Amino acid sequence: MANTDIIIHDEKDNVGVVVIEKITPNQECNCWVMENDKSVKIQSKNEIPLGHKIAMIDFKEGDTILKYGHDIGKVVKDIKKGEHVHVHNVKTKKW
Amino acid sequence: MEIPKSFLGYKRENGRVGTRNHVVILPVDDISNACAEAVANNIKGTFAIPHAYGRLQFGADLELFFDTMIGTGKNPNVAACVVIGIEPKWTKRIVDAIATTGKPVEGFSIEGAGDIKTIMTASKKAQEFSQWASEKQREECPLSDLWISVKCGESDTTSGMAANPAVGNLMDKLEPLGVHLCFGETSELTGAEKVCATRGSTPEAQKKFMKTWSDYNDFILKEATNDLSESQPTAGNIAGGLTTIEEKAFGNFQKIGSRTFIDVLTPAEEPKKGPGLYFMDTSSAAGECLTLQAAAGFNIHLFPTGQGNIIGNAIEPVVKLTGNPSTAVNMKEHIDLDVSKILKREMNMDQAGDELIKTTIRAASGRLTCAEVLGHKEFIMTKLFRSA
Repeated sequence: MANTDIIIHDEKDNVGVVVIEKITPNQECNCWVMENDKSVKIQSKNEIPLGHKIAMIDFKEGDTILKYGHDIGKVVKDIKKGEHVHVHNVKTKKW
Repeated sequence: MEIPKSFLGYKRENGRVGTRNHVVILPVDDISNACAEAVANNIKGTFAIPHAYGRLQFGADLELFFDTMIGTGKNPNVAACVVIGIEPKWTKRIVDAIATTGKPVEGFSIEGAGDIKTIMTASKKAQEFSQWASEKQREECPLSDLWISVKCGESDTTSGMAANPAVGNLMDKLEPLGVHLCFGETSELTGAEKVCATRGSTPEAQKKFMKTWSDYNDFILKEATNDLSESQPTAGNIAGGLTTIEEKAFGNFQKIGSRTFIDVLTPAEEPKKGPGLYFMDTSSAAGECLTLQAAAGFNIHLFPTGQGNIIGNAIEPVVKLTGNPSTAVNMKEHIDLDVSKILKREMNMDQAGDELIKTTIRAASGRLTCAEVLGHKEFIMTKLFRSA
């Protein structure tokens, strides 16, 4: 089994979480989808530290981020597949 | 793993079981802290629980104060209790309620006597209680005597991936054995509130949950002067990769596994519907939440953390676990169980749940937790509004 760099909770999720110390730009990353035990690959665009999220698809402003199979917020700035997803491009829909 | 059937606990007069054998000196109010601490300093085997309130409170805020004080004294982890207050009336109210458990309790009021005389008379009683409690022995008790509360803190994305679902796995395995369980953190379920409500085991429980969450959310929105982006998630949460309250909420929610909750408790309310999972309306601040859960009678606490919260509690041992490999190394002295191997897929959730059950039973049977050894005795009153 190849080392897992990124964990994805649910197969519906459009983001994954970095589980190694950090991933570097243009790194070919191994992703493990917990729900169905599948493996997928993604190429990173930024450096992303442990615990932070990576975009698994391209997002446009207004799109919804799905994690745990659920809505966890809205995209406020376009995000490319492989980019870092965090407070600079995603906001809560709650407050 | 075959789940152990028992742990070693202290059987109390009212049938409850303690995981600890504390002799507590309980000040009724802020100005009695000095006296209580002096007594605890005189008499070995006792400790005081100082706090900031107990004066001029009224209405629902006063009732919650009494529930918290009385519940703390009644908790089975407390073998005996000396209560010290400035005035006799509120002191007596607390003493009389604790006495219904059958445990030794006596009250002292300072007004008219002064600190020094009160310290002397209360110390004599505390000495008697301390020596009496020192002869109590642990006995084999079924796991159903465990009342386990949970709350997570300094969460990050590893909390939702590893530590919180490990707690959920433990809940899934222990609930069928008749354990009482409790989760809270009303505000931190924001974003997952509708999904959480569906876990109510009856329409009444579901309705009660949604009302409780809406009331708390209305209060937050009423008081908010900004978008709460520095409070929920916290700076620590954001550093750990959590972006929104919704993401934090769904991670938080992993702690209850696939369980349903049978009732919604008000802050510090003792569960009365038998074994199973309860939701308690609490703040998401760790000190406040744990103090309320301990006052409701819970005798051991599980605390998953990501970035490394260091909380303990005055009377309830706090078992800490983390799924963050950096925290597990850099803050090793605070972590009772490291489940970070889950991230490397070197440990699965079933194994993590089993390890947590073993760690919990050892702590319940007397092994001191990291927080206890490091001297964490947080006791934080939930204040509903300003005093009169």
